[in-house]
Amino acid sequence: MVPQQGAVVKLDALAFAYPGGPAMRFDLLVPASEIVALMGPSGSGKSTLLNLIAGFERPDSGQVLIGSVDVTRLPPFKRPVSMVFQENNLFSHLTVEQNVGLGRSPTLRLSDGDRAAVSEAIARTGLAGKEQRLPRQLSGGERQRVALARVLVRRQPVLLLDEPFASLGPALRDEMLDLVAELHRDQQMTVIMATHDPRDAERLSNRLLFIENGTIAADGATSSFLAGQGPAAFARYLGERKRLR
Amino acid sequence: MTASFPERGRITAGVLALAALGILVGGAFAGLGQEAIQSWRGAFSAFDSYLLRVARFTLLQAGLSTILSVLPAIFVARALARHPRFFGRGFILQLFAVPLALPGIVAALGVLALLGRAGFLAPLLSSLSGDTWQGIYGLSGILVAHVFFNLPLAARLLLASLEAVPADQWKLATQLGMGAGATFRLIEWPALRAALPGVAALVFMVCAVSFTIVLTLGGGPRATTLEVAIYQALRFDFDLARAIALTLVQVALTAAIVLVLSRLGASINADASLPAAPRRSVFPRPGETAFNVSVILLALVFVGGPIAATVIAGLGADLARLAGERAVHGATMTSLLLASLSAFLCLLLSFALVAARRALEMARGGGRAGGMERLTDTGASMVLIVPPIVIGAGWFILLRRFGDVFAFAPLMVVTVNAAMALPFTMRAIRPAYDAASARHEKLCLALGISGWTRLRLVDWPALRRPAATGLAFAMALSLGDLGVIALFGSDRVKTLPYLLFERMGSYRTADAAGLALFLGVLCLGLMFLATHWGKEKS
Repeated sequence: MVPQQGAVVKLDALAFAYPGGPAMRFDLLVPASEIVALMGPSGSGKSTLLNLIAGFERPDSGQVLIGSVDVTRLPPFKRPVSMVFQENNLFSHLTVEQNVGLGRSPTLRLSDGDRAAVSEAIARTGLAGKEQRLPRQLSGGERQRVALARVLVRRQPVLLLDEPFASLGPALRDEMLDLVAELHRDQQMTVIMATHDPRDAERLSNRLLFIENGTIAADGATSSFLAGQGPAAFARYLGERKRLR
Repeated sequence: MTASFPERGRITAGVLALAALGILVGGAFAGLGQEAIQSWRGAFSAFDSYLLRVARFTLLQAGLSTILSVLPAIFVARALARHPRFFGRGFILQLFAVPLALPGIVAALGVLALLGRAGFLAPLLSSLSGDTWQGIYGLSGILVAHVFFNLPLAARLLLASLEAVPADQWKLATQLGMGAGATFRLIEWPALRAALPGVAALVFMVCAVSFTIVLTLGGGPRATTLEVAIYQALRFDFDLARAIALTLVQVALTAAIVLVLSRLGASINADASLPAAPRRSVFPRPGETAFNVSVILLALVFVGGPIAATVIAGLGADLARLAGERAVHGATMTSLLLASLSAFLCLLLSFALVAARRALEMARGGGRAGGMERLTDTGASMVLIVPPIVIGAGWFILLRRFGDVFAFAPLMVVTVNAAMALPFTMRAIRPAYDAASARHEKLCLALGISGWTRLRLVDWPALRRPAATGLAFAMALSLGDLGVIALFGSDRVKTLPYLLFERMGSYRTADAAGLALFLGVLCLGLMFLATHWGKEKS
């Protein structure tokens, strides 16, 4: 596959609040092709941050830039972004092939070139031979592979992952993280991944953002965060996670 | 079965409740059966071309009503689903719940106030057609009223199925750039297709056994359904043989529909409880938005029109004189008394059945549910299979042997209406009862709390609210019903719907409109209380 470049993601004084919710504010610069992990307690704003970049939420003020383009006012389908959710990434009545094909054409009218790209992506994600299966005939890990195959055929410069592997077991999880790393080597997209598991961050990202109370509370190298050099709040958050487990 | 002592008491209560239902339905069939055997020749010869025509019309109007309700409902539901946040959306959904709570006779009057010969739109329609508007009666009137009832119902049910689509999938569809067409084909249609057969069958069922609408807007030999024909055979022609033949066909027909319904996995007493629209990101393009807005506006006018006409016509009536009339006072008192009794009876039966079901469930431990448990569970809703008019007709024929049929009116109205509301009240109280039981059962056994003390200290606090919901609901249902009372009503026992129907029949339209407003407000008020109590968490 032709290597392609990621795009810079920049959030400039981005302000947002859910109706009746607390004010959130984000400032962020992610260089092209970087992989960043977002960590923080539930409800801290990780998903909101991803939704703002993808365009599912409109900010009250501030700007979202992808590449050098201001996308703040653009609807989600005009933004050069792919997103993978924890669940429900697939349409349950469509086959693996169709689900991936949607990445090329939202009406499923595929050219021969599209079909070739689809079957290549399916093979690349280790799903060869399962093209005609329905999502319910797949395991949880395989379903997320289909979602990643769709990311591949979309070839967008930005990939947002919203706790995509949270419902998978540890071994499967590592496999999936390695797959994301491979895809990143191929396509060089900018990756922003929300997760609760420090091992996800450790395995995939060099940089970690700690989100708390609707803002980026700390920003640094993943290794130093996990070596205990992050802020006290981060240590507390990790401690709670460990005790819960 | 080794049921311990407290369980035995509850099971006995359930058995008694089931027996009461059995007597109600069984008595009706006994009356029908006995008469059928005695005069089988007559009943047999009543299977004539008239009956055939009536049966055909019943199916025809039900089929047309279903198509005219469900097809537009698809567009209304998806328009509402595509716009999860706009000013007035909540109001529209509330408005769409109004027809469900409105008595049939009130709705029929609303349709007439709008589209009747002297309706608000008559001048406009006359000038449009270039002829004097004859008023909407017969098939077209029945269809309009049925669509008024069922389009909002179908739209709410279909909307619920669309809102069950995970929020992430809407997001995904948006990100992938699906337009209206692709979204419909790939997301909405698959969700709707799963719900459609059930919704359509439900609407068909409601229309096939619709009595009040056909009685008031149809009538005449060309626009009569089985239910109305049964009523006419008993009340006007006193042709028992014909009534029996009609009833048999009606029972066979409903049984067939219910069979299809259960195959389709639809519940007969479906309601659409819509949660607040989830925060969903949909970005319809301008062309689609314009289309959706016009669909919603059209539906709004269609549903709001008869309601507004009811209010305006009602306010135009001489309300002060009506309020002073002795007949109105009498009917109001009768209605409130019968409806209250019916609601209490219904609640009592529901409670007995729910408690027995739970007791049986606990007694069996983890095994499969036994026949008795299933009877106390879904068995009760099977009452809905036998239309109230059929039960009424059976008892009408049976009681005739024991004296003045019309003297039994209060008893019949109370019991049949209670049975009708049973599935709804059971659904209101069962979750609360089961939850309370799961929490307290062991504790009660350990502390030795049982019987009346238990009811007062443990069960009642948890059940107060759902019980009030069920009570208000059952009362509204009974208050607005013109079914059994149409058969058994007389100068001695008149309910509000009966009085209203009488005034309509004697062309005292303004009186009827005033009464309709009064009755509508009463029923809506009760329904409002029912949902209000049902929503609040204690």
